[in-house]
Amino acid sequence: MKIGVLALQGDYLNHVAILNKLSVNPVLIRTPDDLDVDGMIIPGGESTTISLLLQSSGLYLPLRGLLNSGMAAFGTCAGMILLAKSVIDGRPDQVSFDAIDIVVRRNGFGRQVASFETELAVSGVGPMKAVFIRAPVVEKVSGEVEVLSSVNYSFPDSADRQVPVICRSGKVLVSSFHPELVGEDRLHRLFLERI
Amino acid sequence: MEKTEKSAHATGGVLVKRGLAEMLRGGVIMDVVNAEQAKIAEDAGAVAVMALERVPADIRRDGGVARMSDPYLIEEIQRAVTIPVMAKARIGHFAEAQILEELQVDYIDESEVLTPADEAHHIDKWKFSVPFVCGATNLGEALRRISEGAALIRSKGEAGTGNVVEAVRHLRSITGDIRKITQADSAEIYAWAKNLQAPVELVREVAKEGRLPVPLFCAGGLATPADASLVMQLGAEAVFVGSGIFKSADPARRARAIVEATTHFKDPGVLVKVSRNIGPAMVGIEMDAIEVKLAERGW
Repeated sequence: MKIGVLALQGDYLNHVAILNKLSVNPVLIRTPDDLDVDGMIIPGGESTTISLLLQSSGLYLPLRGLLNSGMAAFGTCAGMILLAKSVIDGRPDQVSFDAIDIVVRRNGFGRQVASFETELAVSGVGPMKAVFIRAPVVEKVSGEVEVLSSVNYSFPDSADRQVPVICRSGKVLVSSFHPELVGEDRLHRLFLERI
Repeated sequence: MEKTEKSAHATGGVLVKRGLAEMLRGGVIMDVVNAEQAKIAEDAGAVAVMALERVPADIRRDGGVARMSDPYLIEEIQRAVTIPVMAKARIGHFAEAQILEELQVDYIDESEVLTPADEAHHIDKWKFSVPFVCGATNLGEALRRISEGAALIRSKGEAGTGNVVEAVRHLRSITGDIRKITQADSAEIYAWAKNLQAPVELVREVAKEGRLPVPLFCAGGLATPADASLVMQLGAEAVFVGSGIFKSADPARRARAIVEATTHFKDPGVLVKVSRNIGPAMVGIEMDAIEVKLAERGW
């Protein structure tokens, strides 16, 4: 089983460290030649920057092909945005892979001063510490997407809402927070189990 | 589906402050003075922009007291882009930092590029929920800034010169001392702390982990894609580019080239491609020819 970690920008080395802890030695993916993998992690980072580098590196189309034909993937934060079906408040030229049927709002919780940490309850996993950094908000979940965890959040302009923060559909898993920042490996295990 | 109560959400902690720096790794943060430049930076793939009154090359040329940007300009930049917006405050000027926090900038750079406001004290950065980045020329300075609450360290380099030599010196000094400390025995840690003038707990943490407790980025004098590759190979985790972009002949192309070079820093093939025919770099200054060494500001 070969796992790739998209290494264009962001905290990809934190994902590598978690995988190493699970005795998986991933490939860093920067060009189409690196794409000989069975599953792929898209890290946290700046989604607009990663989007641009996906196109200039020639990775976007082949990777989209692999994902649309069912390759396993795990995305955190920017990775969730890139795997989503559609993105609100992104740049107009921003690409996404349409690998999971969710609509996300970029920076939906607000600027950095609104970044937060919290304790989640995750279906089938248990309590989990979660760090949200200028995180996306899942606005809509459709089709066969399961929501494994959500947070109750008060937005400045509306009442409290339940916001999904971990979603899964088949082999594609996404979280709007960063398990890789706190050494949390249980979501990586979930991702690896379905490959 | 399980639910979480909102009462548990905590903002402004160490994890979220250092976390944003982690997300910027492998990226380029570009100095901008207005919304138009910010837009060019975002279009080129910047991971963040740094708002300041004048780019360092102009501060050097025109002299006078360099201060925090006008809030209006910062707000205009915040409206123009969707990426994080950082802004500079003077060393020790906690009132400027309070204004920047009120503006909800994403990071505050307590910067030697601006004229210092306090000759003995840096800002007590623990009091803020906005994270801070600070410059350092060596490991002791880096650890002192971290002990004051900095969530990100950058080399100081020599801003506004287009000359990377000082940034390289600072990076090598920091990473070299980290490598030595990992070999120190428990008694030697105390001598290191004394010589570095840094808290022994932080020195011990560096010895154990083999890295700073926060990310280490590079700043000061970067002007070319090759400069970005050089400092990334020397251990920087991301780069700040100031005058190097908007004082060059073709800022948009140069910005884009430096973004590509920072990602593909180990791939000479890509570096050739992105360095080719991007117009003249900023002219630059030799260290012997400068009157004010900005890196000497900060204590």
